Amino acid sequence: MSTENSNCATCPAHNLANLVKLGIDMSEFDFVVALAGNPNTGKSTVFNNLTGLRQHTGNWPGKTVGRAEGGFKFGDKRFKIVDLPGTYSLLSTSDDEEVARDFILFGQPDVTVIVVDATRLERNLNLVLQVLEITDRAVLCVNLIDEAARHKIQVDDRLLSKQLGIPVVLAAARQGIGMKELLKSIHDVASGQYICKPHRLSSEIGNVSHAVDALNKKIIEAFPDLPNTRWIALRLLEGDQKVIEAISSGEIGNLKPAETFDE
Amino acid sequence: MLKTEEILSAAHKLRWEVGENFHDSILESIYKDASSIAGKVITRVGEKPKFDLDRFIDRVVTGKWTGFPIMFLLLAFVFWLTIIGSNIPSGGISFILVDTIHPFLKNLLNSIQTPWWITGLLIDGAYLAGAWVVSVMLPPMAIFFPLFTLLEDFGYLPRVAFNMDNLYRRVGAHGKQALTMSMGFGCNAAGVIATRIIDSPRERIIAIITNNFSLCNGRWPTQILIATIFIGGTVPTYLAGIASAGAVVFIAVLGVVFSLIVSWGLSKTVLKGEASAFSLELPPYRRPRLMQTLYTSLIDRTIFVLWRAVIFAVPAGIVIWLVANLEIGSLSLAEHFIHSVDPFAFFIGLNGVIILAYVIAIPANEIVVPTVLMLTVLTTKMAVGSGTGVMFELESVNETANILHAGGWTALTGINLMLFSLLHNPCSTTIYTIYKETKSMKWTMISTFLPIALGLIICFFVTQVWRIIVG
Repeated sequence: MSTENSNCATCPAHNLANLVKLGIDMSEFDFVVALAGNPNTGKSTVFNNLTGLRQHTGNWPGKTVGRAEGGFKFGDKRFKIVDLPGTYSLLSTSDDEEVARDFILFGQPDVTVIVVDATRLERNLNLVLQVLEITDRAVLCVNLIDEAARHKIQVDDRLLSKQLGIPVVLAAARQGIGMKELLKSIHDVASGQYICKPHRLSSEIGNVSHAVDALNKKIIEAFPDLPNTRWIALRLLEGDQKVIEAISSGEIGNLKPAETFDE
Repeated sequence: MLKTEEILSAAHKLRWEVGENFHDSILESIYKDASSIAGKVITRVGEKPKFDLDRFIDRVVTGKWTGFPIMFLLLAFVFWLTIIGSNIPSGGISFILVDTIHPFLKNLLNSIQTPWWITGLLIDGAYLAGAWVVSVMLPPMAIFFPLFTLLEDFGYLPRVAFNMDNLYRRVGAHGKQALTMSMGFGCNAAGVIATRIIDSPRERIIAIITNNFSLCNGRWPTQILIATIFIGGTVPTYLAGIASAGAVVFIAVLGVVFSLIVSWGLSKTVLKGEASAFSLELPPYRRPRLMQTLYTSLIDRTIFVLWRAVIFAVPAGIVIWLVANLEIGSLSLAEHFIHSVDPFAFFIGLNGVIILAYVIAIPANEIVVPTVLMLTVLTTKMAVGSGTGVMFELESVNETANILHAGGWTALTGINLMLFSLLHNPCSTTIYTIYKETKSMKWTMISTFLPIALGLIICFFVTQVWRIIVG
């Protein structure tokens, strides 16, 4: 009897029945979820699906330029979710990319959900890999699988999950397909039941790895709590003004691993 | 603190070591990994379809010769449907709100001995303005917005941007301005915020200043209504729908032309510089979800815009009633104003009522037509729907036409109102948004007054030419 119950409790279908769409009520949340992805992959649709809000969605890139926030309750945890503007990368300098980048880095979300377009997976993965350089805790939502089916494209989600080291969920957010699995994955990563082993850029960057390592060591010395020192070393070497400022003001020292963020 | 300085100086030193192509090699390794992972997890089932429908549609709607004609035809079709379709419900709503409830409320208040000025303020001012906004604007909006949202949902707007992109680049603006311009067709304030997708400050300010040349939600109904009365009214009935739709498309296209000309002017003078390059990704076509689109366009746009219009209309109605009834000497404030600007207004083919209406309607473009109607009625001392039989048609478009003709309007006034509605200051929300986005009084002022100046000049020339040709 008791085993049956526990089986039920771990089933996403059971928990989905407990999904409470909190709309803009974000008081006393347990976890922060960021929603990132290329433009026009359906981030806002996923956002609306989870929060019950009706943020305007449109079939074109660049629709969300600020960031929208909402909340939902899943299981016994309350989540705040932030819809970031769609960007192709986190490296260059436009306003919308900075909003997205700053939030993932300085906002320290407990989970970053990356929404990608199944029909344009290769190009979308560029952003995914960049996000994984910054944060350890992410879930990949491969959206628009209905479109992909129309174009006769199949995505192997289990292999993709293995390659990236994070949960991968196939979804068609417009039809609500895959949303409960996504919720479950967000919950598992946030609560630490799923430990991500994110992919790191494999091909070491030519002859500069010792420069990165040397800098990395110094950063770890100064800020032992920092979760993503390698990425910061890379940004410093590129001369990223925002990161340089964050270092010299010491603001970067306030960043802590997500586990200790609550305390 | 010492440690942070150490890090920065180390980074500075090492930066020389890693060389200039460091950025490229990072990008390269990202691309390499992405492509290798994608290669492993993606399988194409069976043969690639030989006839790719998406690509075919794209070739037609963004084609060199077919792109623009299709764009015009689609727009014209949407307006035609709107104009034809909104005649019917408009009459009914107006019959209920203006012809039935208005006299009922007035009688009710009179029967309980309410002072005349309270009845005037509340019923002839606040209520009538709100009722007029609803009956004039609801039908065209309820048809136009769902159609427009369907086009957006389907993925057509980025194709419009794609067609326009090259033109914007050629005038020295950013290609993405084509996108923010399309956004402005919905709401200029939203369009101004959308310019954040443009990286270069120079090109962004050009996009912000010229966004007002995209006809917005609040101005479509004005255009549609005035076109129906003054353009549709001058041709045989069976052509009326097409002619008025054509006129609205003409104004919308004229707006785009102005945004190109002004962008060109700005980028050659005060905002000099080269256009920067970017890549525009055409999203896939998606089958619009019919019910959801109808629902969201009704809630997000129709009700939203209508509600905003009513909120602004009610206090405006009170102001209108006051200026029409507070008298200095033997004339009301409104008449004083109208008479004093009439000579100037006549010069540019408008009239004092329109000018006053635009002053009162600065908070929201939506209420221009209702304001014009109310001012005309109040200053010519007509009676509306009060059972006196002056105007008691069920068709509200006809009713509107009667009021305007009685106010001394001609086709020229109608045309100039359409032009001036395109070329005047943005609404107060947009002006405030521009200030928030640019943080500059100078650019806010330019964005506000440049269109007015253009509008006055254009109306003046149209009027002079009209008077020479038509007489």
